[in-house]
Amino acid sequence: MSAARPVTGRVEVLDADDPRLGSASLERERRQLDDAWAYARGIAGWLSEVNHKAIGRRFIATAFVWFSLGGVLAVLMRLQLSRPENTLLGPDAYNQIFSTHGTTMMFLFAVPVMLGMGIYVVPLTIGAREIALPRLVAFGYWMFLFGGIFLYVNLLLNTGPDNGWFSYLPLSGPEYGIGRRADVWAQLVTFSELSSLVVAVSLVVTIFKLRAPGMALSRLPLFAWAMLVVSFMIIFAMPAVMLSSSCLIMDRLVSTHFYNQAEAGDPLLWQHLFWFFGHPEVYIIFLPGLGMISPIIATFTGRPVFGYLALVMSLIATAFIGFGVWVHHMFATGLPQFGQSFFTAASIMIVVPTSIQIFCWIATVWTARRIVFATPMLWILAWFCVFIIGGLTGVMLASVPLDLQVHDTFFVVAHFHYVLIGGAVFPLLGGVHYWFPKITGRLLSERLGKLAFGLFFVGFNLTFFPMHILGLHGMPRRVYTYPASMGWGNLNMLASIGAGIMALGLLVYLTNVVVSLRRDEAAADDPWGAADLEWATSSPPPPYNFLPSPTVGSRDPLWHPELEPPVVLGLAADKREVLVTHLLDGEPDHRLEFPGPSIWPLLAAIATTILFVWSIFSPWGVVWGAIPVFVTLVGWFWPRKGRPPREVEADRLAGRLTPTEITS
Amino acid sequence: MGDVIQSVLAPAGIQAARIAHLWWVMFWVCTVVFILVVGAMAIAVTRGRRGASDAGHRVLSRNVAIATAASIAALLVLLTHSVVTGRALETLKTPDALRIQITGYQWWWDVEYLNPQPSLRAVTANEIHIPVGRPVGLTLLSSDVIHSLWIPNLHGKIDLIPGRVNEMWIQADRPGVYRGQCAEFCGLQHAKMAITIVAEPPDQFEGWVAHQREPAPPPTLPSQQRGLDIVERGPCAMCHTIAGTTAGGRTAPDLTHIASRSTLAAGTVPNTRGYLAGWIVDPQHVKPGNKMPPLALSSSDLQALLDYLETLK
Amino acid sequence: MTTRAIDVSGLPEYGFGHRSILWWATLGIVAIEGTMFALLIATYLFLKGRAETWPPGVSPPLLTWGTVNLVILLASAIPNELTKRAAERLDLRKVQIWMAVCIAFGIAFNVVRIFEFRSLNVSWDTNAYGSVTWALLGFHTVHILTDLADTAVLALVMFIGPVDEHRFVDASENAMYWYFVVIAWLPIYAVIYLAPRVA
Ligand code: HEA
Ligand code: HEA
Ligand code: CUA
Ligand SMILES: [Cu+2]
Repeated sequence: MSAARPVTGRVEVLDADDPRLGSASLERERRQLDDAWAYARGIAGWLSEVNHKAIGRRFIATAFVWFSLGGVLAVLMRLQLSRPENTLLGPDAYNQIFSTHGTTMMFLFAVPVMLGMGIYVVPLTIGAREIALPRLVAFGYWMFLFGGIFLYVNLLLNTGPDNGWFSYLPLSGPEYGIGRRADVWAQLVTFSELSSLVVAVSLVVTIFKLRAPGMALSRLPLFAWAMLVVSFMIIFAMPAVMLSSSCLIMDRLVSTHFYNQAEAGDPLLWQHLFWFFGHPEVYIIFLPGLGMISPIIATFTGRPVFGYLALVMSLIATAFIGFGVWVHHMFATGLPQFGQSFFTAASIMIVVPTSIQIFCWIATVWTARRIVFATPMLWILAWFCVFIIGGLTGVMLASVPLDLQVHDTFFVVAHFHYVLIGGAVFPLLGGVHYWFPKITGRLLSERLGKLAFGLFFVGFNLTFFPMHILGLHGMPRRVYTYPASMGWGNLNMLASIGAGIMALGLLVYLTNVVVSLRRDEAAADDPWGAADLEWATSSPPPPYNFLPSPTVGSRDPLWHPELEPPVVLGLAADKREVLVTHLLDGEPDHRLEFPGPSIWPLLAAIATTILFVWSIFSPWGVVWGAIPVFVTLVGWFWPRKGRPPREVEADRLAGRLTPTEITS
Repeated sequence: MGDVIQSVLAPAGIQAARIAHLWWVMFWVCTVVFILVVGAMAIAVTRGRRGASDAGHRVLSRNVAIATAASIAALLVLLTHSVVTGRALETLKTPDALRIQITGYQWWWDVEYLNPQPSLRAVTANEIHIPVGRPVGLTLLSSDVIHSLWIPNLHGKIDLIPGRVNEMWIQADRPGVYRGQCAEFCGLQHAKMAITIVAEPPDQFEGWVAHQREPAPPPTLPSQQRGLDIVERGPCAMCHTIAGTTAGGRTAPDLTHIASRSTLAAGTVPNTRGYLAGWIVDPQHVKPGNKMPPLALSSSDLQALLDYLETLK
Repeated sequence: MTTRAIDVSGLPEYGFGHRSILWWATLGIVAIEGTMFALLIATYLFLKGRAETWPPGVSPPLLTWGTVNLVILLASAIPNELTKRAAERLDLRKVQIWMAVCIAFGIAFNVVRIFEFRSLNVSWDTNAYGSVTWALLGFHTVHILTDLADTAVLALVMFIGPVDEHRFVDASENAMYWYFVVIAWLPIYAVIYLAPRVA
């Protein structure tokens, strides 16, 4: 691997004995930076904070709150289903609970928690001082928070969604969807998608433009690659569900007929639009998990991951194919045979990139320098067992004839919990354990961590493995009860016991978090001996992440100190200045001042929330609600710095204002 | 699980048998793949632990490529088998098949035995009889939301979608009673929308269907007559049909031969006098949210009504 | 340790085009909304493909106003391009002038849009054809409205300040977004006005 490419342009290369690299000079810079980047204080400050680490932490913590609530709902379902003809929950309660469980887990937990990890880790791992568009990310956080509150307030008011997480028409349409429940679901989707979309745009821009000098795309850490690909998937997938749910609301509110077969509409239009989003959605949840596997395996085997290029290409291929398989959720709708074979083939094709990644990781472990069986590594090793089971049942589901049998049964429930939890939540829990010292400055206890892992692993398999058999033995999903004569009682009881053990495991996990946070012993900068840039700074990092800012000379910067990449000097320290680099090769391009804390994202989010909630009740909510949104946006973007136009014009006429070239 | 009344793994007809075969192929291929991949990982862990591997980049690349190629080969086998099975499922279509039209309602099944000759049609609900060994073409419609007809012992499921006409081709090769269930979430009582399939020898079936075409027998005893009066003058007739009487409602199950069916309320409870009485008096207790209102009847009226309904064999 | 360093203090404090962060952010938004338009068009074609007659039971929209708007939108590319070029030269006077012209265009096509809605010959609640036609036109209208509002606010800043280099970058990005709105109109125009006329 070569050293950093020589930087060009108006960039000066300093010698090691330059006084600006002296400790006195750095100390002065540190004091200035501490000032310029200080976290906002007080309640008002908390509400205006935009730093990516603060927002990332909030995203993760809030997502875990919704996860716990969604998990409690799951435990309620398991209690209800543990015995035949149980009367703990009636049909109405059960339907709201399973719908809210699925909706929570998909829209309020799995996607946001992964984005939260991205918001926190990506700027660090690429050596940036801040995420791009930090205020937009803060706005995204508030929308996410308000969306979740909105959902759970409605659940408590008995107006929780009750048509499942994909809300099929006509059941959720104007004729059969009673009350406001379907609107609540549709608006929750709008909340969470808006949030994900703005974060996705920020992540793309961050990864494209804020990488440390020398970090060509070919040196981008694999976690950042995964988040980049996921962000693109979000950008192209989520508009589909925003569109379809808007049409649903319009059908319900202003009598449009998009899904009304009696007036030239079509209920299947909903299914196409929803799954055009819904299938990519599951890979949006899955790919960040894959992104976490690579650095964890590399760290605990002491080897760079084998097959970097193959892994990157696999991520990209998965994203592409992921947009071409949505119909495999609709095999039972009676589509023409030919089309179905096409979607079977596409669904099977998507296995190939996944398997390449698995084989590359096995090759990495095969050539390990050592293997440290720390808790994060255990989660990843377990991933191989559980995810592969889920993936293989996915292959079975991709076969039309077999899917006709097991579609909409507990077999599918088993498949998707194996891939969602096994494929994404296992790496997530491992990843949280791994990055916890960086995020909080404290290591998690290994003993509690391993206990939590063990309980969760056992409980997980006990809960979801029997569901395969239940599905084959005829148990449909989304039933609030079943007759004793069906013989499903024992396996359901087993699954319910497993859910209890899994909940216990999570309880231990959360206890570990609380206990470890109170420990005195501070975590080292790089407690695991990892290779990526986030471990080059303190734990937790200062608000501005790095002093001095790093450059990169290899793919595993911390493992190659001999390459001695130069550091970056010359960014202003008395304001939030960030270095913008070139898309492909990561060469320095310009310096950009970033915005600091601001209350406007919160105000804009409140205004948007009012618009969304109001529009459930009246179409005028969109019209009148747009006014406060507009006002807050103007407040947000109105410039605070600059000079009167007259002076600017005078400068130009005097030749004191010279534009930079468009391209370099 | 000894119970096979509703199971993918106990096929009772050619379609389900084909899929069960596909399932076992998939199952074994996937099991082998699982063992190989997890086994490779286990070996990698034991070797890696010793930190002893000397495998060079070239060797690793070759092995990853081989594993990928093997996966692709396995996938092609599965894909081929799946497509071949799919084709085979299409071959049951024949012009001289028995045709039945099933319409989904929240939360029951309307069944009509089609015949070019209108007088040979028969209407019933929630229970179908089919002749063993003869292909049956089901025409699937919905009157409200999406449902899905699933009789795992005979075939996979196909949705009933408002505004569309779907088809499903089944054949029972063993006589028996099979249970099916609505598989697409369709609202409050999706859980209690079952269907019973009775596969019987052809002559027995012909007898059954001939009987189903008959109108209801006229009441013979006074209490039965009183029961019929209650039906015709009370609210029952607004929703239910009993052929041969003035009851002609079309929004609830046809009752012409209700007494010949084995369950009530789409498989919710067995069809006995006691359950029937409980259902009529308080249907919302038995199946909360269903569209039948409770009937306030004196106990003698109730007994008369039951007397009459029991004649509807 | 012998740490070397690079000194970036000589680099500029802003950049136009693909060098700018905002350019990429705008492109992201364009990608999102472009996907939305594409899916709406797909929805239209999907419903059209299922219908026996199209438009079902009503006559196609009148061509006049939509075509007028097509011409105005295309013509607005001229002041838009001039704004963009002036911004990239940091020429405030020209930016002010051409933005004002852009606003005039914006007002014009929003006004013409009212007549367009009135010549659709169908209401959103007549049938699904009406719904999707209104949705297409409505969604595009949201864009020309918000873009007009954006441009107006930015023009206001240019006239009363405070102004610095970053505002010129904003003006350049705003012009790029305007192009998107113009280009998006071409397929939408074709779908709304021409698709009902072909079998
Ligand atoms: C993290 C999320 C995730 C992931 C990664 C996957 C991965 C896959 N899924 Fe899954 N899926 C869901 C989440 C996910 N799914 C959800 C949530 C639903 C249900 C939604 C609902 O209805 O509520 C669903 C439903 C679903 C269906 C519809 C079922 C139905 O409703 O009837 C289908 C059908 O094709 C399917 C297929 C697949 C396939 C082929 C893969 C593949 O990507 C799997 C690839 C991986 C492997 C195969 C294992 C590893 C590979 C090897 C070891 C190599 C060798 C392998 C072979 C030779 C076979 N999925
Ligand atoms: C990432 C997504 C995700 C996750 C993590 C989970 C987690 C769990 N799910 Fe989820 N599930 C879905 C996504 C997910 N699910 C989706 C999309 C559906 C489909 C919905 C639909 O059909 O529309 C579904 C449906 C679904 C069903 C089918 C319902 C039906 O069809 O009738 C069941 C049934 O058992 C179930 C069970 C569980 C259980 C037991 C867990 C457990 O893993 C939960 C464990 C978590 C906790 C328990 C919380 C944390 C613990 C604590 C805070 C400790 C304290 C708590 C207690 C002591 C209770 N889920
Ligand atoms: Cu009918 Cu579910
Ligand atoms: Cu899918």
